[in-house]
Amino acid sequence: MSKNILAFAETKDGKFKNSAFEVVTEAAKLAAETDSEFTVLSIGTDLQNQAESLAEYGVKRMLTVEISELNAKCTSSDFKYSPSSFSKVISEVAKSENTGIIILSATSLGKDLAGRIAVRTDSSVFNDCTGLRVDGGKITATRPVYAGKSFTEIYSESENIVITIRPNVFKAVKSSKAEIKTGKIDINTLNLSETDFSTRVIDVVVSSEKIDVAEADRIVSGGRGLREPENFTLIENLAATIGAATGASRAVVDAGWRPHSEQVGQTGKTVSPSLYIACGISGAIQHLAGMSSSKCIVAINKDKDAPIFQIANYGIVGDVFEIIPALTEEFKKVLSN
Amino acid sequence: MKIFVCVSLVPDSTTKVKISDSKKSIDENGVSFVLNPYDEFAVEEALKIREKNGGEIVSISFGTDRSKEALKKSFQMGVDKGVLIKSASNDFDSFTVARNISDYIKTQNPDLVLFGKQSIDFDGLLIPSMVSEMLEIPAISVVVKLDIIDGKVTAEREIEGGKEIVESKLPVIIGAQKGLNEPRYPNLKSIMAAKSKPIEEIPASYSGIKVGIKEMNLPPAKASGKIFTNGKDDVKELVKLLREEAKVI
Ligand SMILES: Cc1cc2nc3c(=O)[nH]c(=O)nc-3n(C[C@H](O)[C@H](O)[C@H](O)COP(=O)(O)OP(=O)(O)OC[C@H]3O[C@@H](n4cnc5c(N)ncnc54)[C@H](O)[C@@H]3O)c2cc1C
Ligand SMILES: Nc1ncnc2c1ncn2[C@@H]1O[C@H](COP(=O)(O)O)[C@@H](O)[C@H]1O
Repeated sequence: MSKNILAFAETKDGKFKNSAFEVVTEAAKLAAETDSEFTVLSIGTDLQNQAESLAEYGVKRMLTVEISELNAKCTSSDFKYSPSSFSKVISEVAKSENTGIIILSATSLGKDLAGRIAVRTDSSVFNDCTGLRVDGGKITATRPVYAGKSFTEIYSESENIVITIRPNVFKAVKSSKAEIKTGKIDINTLNLSETDFSTRVIDVVVSSEKIDVAEADRIVSGGRGLREPENFTLIENLAATIGAATGASRAVVDAGWRPHSEQVGQTGKTVSPSLYIACGISGAIQHLAGMSSSKCIVAINKDKDAPIFQIANYGIVGDVFEIIPALTEEFKKVLSN
Repeated sequence: MKIFVCVSLVPDSTTKVKISDSKKSIDENGVSFVLNPYDEFAVEEALKIREKNGGEIVSISFGTDRSKEALKKSFQMGVDKGVLIKSASNDFDSFTVARNISDYIKTQNPDLVLFGKQSIDFDGLLIPSMVSEMLEIPAISVVVKLDIIDGKVTAEREIEGGKEIVESKLPVIIGAQKGLNEPRYPNLKSIMAAKSKPIEEIPASYSGIKVGIKEMNLPPAKASGKIFTNGKDDVKELVKLLREEAKVI
């Protein structure tokens, strides 16, 4: 019997994120393959009510921390949450639960916590993985390096490993519904002190109600081929039609046409949606670096030799000003049937 | 203020990656190395903070002799001096780097330690947060805006779909993201001045690794796609394929 697995389930607006179910699915798989038990830990508000949604993924045990109780441990209480205290909580729970593997999603929060938890629990880190395998009882991971231009198989020298998995790559799969037991962690057992609140999030500014490229399952991106910022309404309309997020190349972000949060690529976001439509984007190596792991890539470019066509699954050589509106209409038509 | 910037040397972002025969690293033939693009944001921010508050900026790089190049590039932008923490081999991981940087900085009483948010070679995304825990200094990663007033730190941190406004105190560790500033280009004068800036070499304090590489591979080759050339007339067929063949709509 190996050490236990601890899965950290992230919440947003009081509900588990979809990526939390991906993490739980993977934890269940690893537990089965390494003959160990797994427990879910979450920090939030009234999480006991959400237990049933985890049970559908085979979770038998969930531990929760009330965020208000956690934050009350800090004298200056005027903040939303503190990532530094999260790493303390996860690490302390992991230690008291005889944990070997701690698994999180490679979200902004997960990536921020992974290194901290690893140092606190004396673990190795497999950060931002796109594949996990159990080989003779040992876990190895695949992770993209050189911005996805290579994939590296890594192993750990220690049996304690903090793993973060890239959102959208692993699928959340429901299994037979488990009988779930929940327990609330007594915050006083965790030895929190003022220094555990060294960074505090005092506000969260939502840049738009739109889906973020990093989390989206479908993305429509535009590049310099759109010619003017106003023409991005074409991209937005197409995206709205198929429920996609909008993305951009660095050229149009640097030109100030689009916000940096939309930039896809080596110095932007790395995405792996099921559908990526690149419009008027040449496919520079730094752009490809951020999106080449998308499951289905569609390119629209008037230059038949544009490098984007080399990695596209489908493409149309043509003018974005003709093709995008036609494509939007056609999608509307088939989707309304 | 006493400011440290950690810099690394990485293959130029246009590098076409080839895997070496050992399958444990890339083939470095013909690869040109540059200062990690995110570290340029970190260096620029350090320079701006020095302009406002005065003080000294020291860049730190962990690696073999080659890493001096990263320090020199930071000198050309305006950093005062550098420290090379010399690794005996190329075999190290994020933990090794973080441990060595921490062991050095521990003795230095820093006010501010700047990092890039990630290095574009191994894309570890780990070192700033690991160093934070090792030094017990707070860290804010993926920072796109930074204000330091009377020892109070307010930063904007990029997250999915928005930003977090984060507060902390000096000393602090920052991971710089694109958007934080516009890195300056070295000019002739600064390039000349860089030549006389000192590099202190110190031996690595730790050389263990926790994560090893089994094998590196290129991404699986994609089957060549279906590319249509009749413009608008192909839209119907494309949508049909996306629905029935790729099943993504
Ligand atoms: C360190 C570094 C990091 C970088 N990081 C990134 C990154 O993260 N993301 C990124 O995207 N780039 C990045 N770049 C920049 C990258 O090298 C390219 O410059 C950029 O991706 C080009 O953007 P683009 O495709 O929109 O523009 P262009 O390369 O100018 O391409 C425009 C395309 O539009 C097509 N076109 C023009 N008109 C039409 C029309 N009417 N209809 C159809 N097609 C048309 C053209 O044929 C052309 O292929 C980075 C560069 C460096 C040096
Ligand atoms: N060898 C190194 N020497 C000094 N600093 C480094 C080194 N490697 C990475 N860093 C710093 O750590 C940041 C994050 O790197 P990483 O965690 O590897 O993605 C980089 O942007 C650098 O600021």
